[in-house]
Amino acid sequence: MGRITEAFEELKTSGRKGFIPYVTAGDPDLTTTEAILLELANAGATVIELGVPFSDPMADGPVIQRASERALKHQFGLDEIFKMVARVRRQSSTPIILFSYFNPLLQFGIERVAKMSREVGVDGVLVTDLTPEEAESFYRALRANDLDMIFLVAPTSTDARLELIAKKASGFIYAVSRAGVTGTRDSVSVEAERLVSRVRNFSKLPIAVGFGISNREQVGDVQRYADAVVVGSAIVHEIERLAGEQDIPQKVGAFVRDLLPEAVQV
Amino acid sequence: MAPLEELTESYLVARDDSAFQSELTALLRNFAGRPTSLFFAERLTQHAGGAKIYLKREDLLHTGAHKINNTLGQVLLARRMNKQRIIAETGAGQHGVATATVCALFGLQCIVYMGAEDMRRQSLNVFRMQLLGAEVREVKAGSQTLKDAINEALRDWVTNVADTYYLLGSALGPHPYPLMVRDFQSVIGQEAREQILKFEGRLPDLLIACVGGGSNSIGLFHPFLNDESVQMVGVEAGGKGSLLGEHAARFNAGGGGRPGVLQGTMSYVLQDDHGQVATTHSVSAGLDYPSIGPEHAFLHDAKRVTYDSVSDTEALNAFQLLAQLEGIIPALESSHAVAHALKVAGKMKSEDVVIVNLSGRGDKDVNTVREYLES
Repeated sequence: MGRITEAFEELKTSGRKGFIPYVTAGDPDLTTTEAILLELANAGATVIELGVPFSDPMADGPVIQRASERALKHQFGLDEIFKMVARVRRQSSTPIILFSYFNPLLQFGIERVAKMSREVGVDGVLVTDLTPEEAESFYRALRANDLDMIFLVAPTSTDARLELIAKKASGFIYAVSRAGVTGTRDSVSVEAERLVSRVRNFSKLPIAVGFGISNREQVGDVQRYADAVVVGSAIVHEIERLAGEQDIPQKVGAFVRDLLPEAVQV
Repeated sequence: MAPLEELTESYLVARDDSAFQSELTALLRNFAGRPTSLFFAERLTQHAGGAKIYLKREDLLHTGAHKINNTLGQVLLARRMNKQRIIAETGAGQHGVATATVCALFGLQCIVYMGAEDMRRQSLNVFRMQLLGAEVREVKAGSQTLKDAINEALRDWVTNVADTYYLLGSALGPHPYPLMVRDFQSVIGQEAREQILKFEGRLPDLLIACVGGGSNSIGLFHPFLNDESVQMVGVEAGGKGSLLGEHAARFNAGGGGRPGVLQGTMSYVLQDDHGQVATTHSVSAGLDYPSIGPEHAFLHDAKRVTYDSVSDTEALNAFQLLAQLEGIIPALESSHAVAHALKVAGKMKSEDVVIVNLSGRGDKDVNTVREYLES
């Protein structure tokens, strides 16, 4: 059993719901990201999504686009991201997944991505622009290294696609709350709840809901029907707001603790 | 993926529907001005001193470029799919103008995404789109050119997919766009093939077209692909140098282009060692794109089509030469094809026949060229 599955099993046993924060690697720089990851783990993250910055983040709204731009100024590659994860692993066992566009992984080499992930303690990979039809060789590389492949499903996904994805997915399934790109929204749509129940027809995996969740009320609402909630842009926006300040990791940690309803606080 | 599946299904049904095809054919004839002429460029031929050079005059089409062939096809498809809101990206502005035009024709809402840098250098086309009733949205992300406009249009589409049709202008992006755009543009090659057989009684020896995303070139090339004697050259933007960031020549050895995935397509992509997509440069906005339609990548690897590049300066010279020798002001994009013809025609025999796709007219580029000549 992988660390992700273990984490969700543990939640289930204790009757709690999961919390999955997202940050972009290298925003504002890799050293700060390393400290932020430890803060997120300490704040009680079930899984951490670590974004690999990309020049053309077409599935992302302006907040995460800007984070990518800030990170890319440092001109690092996946190698440096893996080294950072290795350092975090010495102090934390919270599962970490890479959240990436396909091209940086493809250029690094998909076998190498899988091998390095296992070596440094990355637990799974989510590729926003890799469809299950095209994912076969990457899927095999990940499975051969006991890594989870996380897929996105959207309210527009047909039953046939949900079924196809359920067959390939492991770890958890990421349900996008509504059609669109990443970014905070005023309300989480009723579509999300409907999507979660549709996914449950095809898969027993835990389901996380994300895209647009930015405050404690929304977190609580989503945790009512989903197994976990993903918060990305709201945290990234906070990192952006804190630019130039001291103790950014601690402040991000405090921000994240504030998002969590009492019940899931650690 | 669901919207792409819906689009693929709708397109394949429309493609086989004779009512759809005859409506499109009528619009191409009566609204766009097809067929376009195949013109023997006698003075250009004398100047080059070799093969006979014919120009396929897509510049004579309504809105001034080949883009209207595709927008008419896709807008009919959007109507069949009951989409009332049309979005598009544009580089040089030609596709944006063509989209705004067909939306006006059918009374549809039109939003065009355009990079800030492109809006600056193609300000006339921005105003034309606005005159036609379209909203032009400035894109300030990344390199502020075509690539970033496509990203923004894709973001809009996934957000508003229920009522929105994304009218992509080149033979790139996810399936079915490369297929669909190629089909709609193939009218160029079909006409050219008939015309040259009539004029010369035989097939041409060489086809030349510029390649940004690759829609005018695939449109000319595709109907000739089975004619083994016909050679084809796609001309990329060599820009101002061979370093990454100075050009848009995806196939140039050592230029930074190699297979990658961008915007839902696997093709050759100009990129750095980490897989980050590179910025590009070309004097012509329509060729200023870091990737290329996937069918061109296939034709390149299969060695059926050769790809070469010409520099900004060579294109600007060809622009002026064609104006003075033939009385035709070509688009800067098409000037790349003319420049290549000038390089190779002189080395060919006088009975050889070359067809150059003059994909658009150069009115939009007059300011850019004036800036260059005065600098």
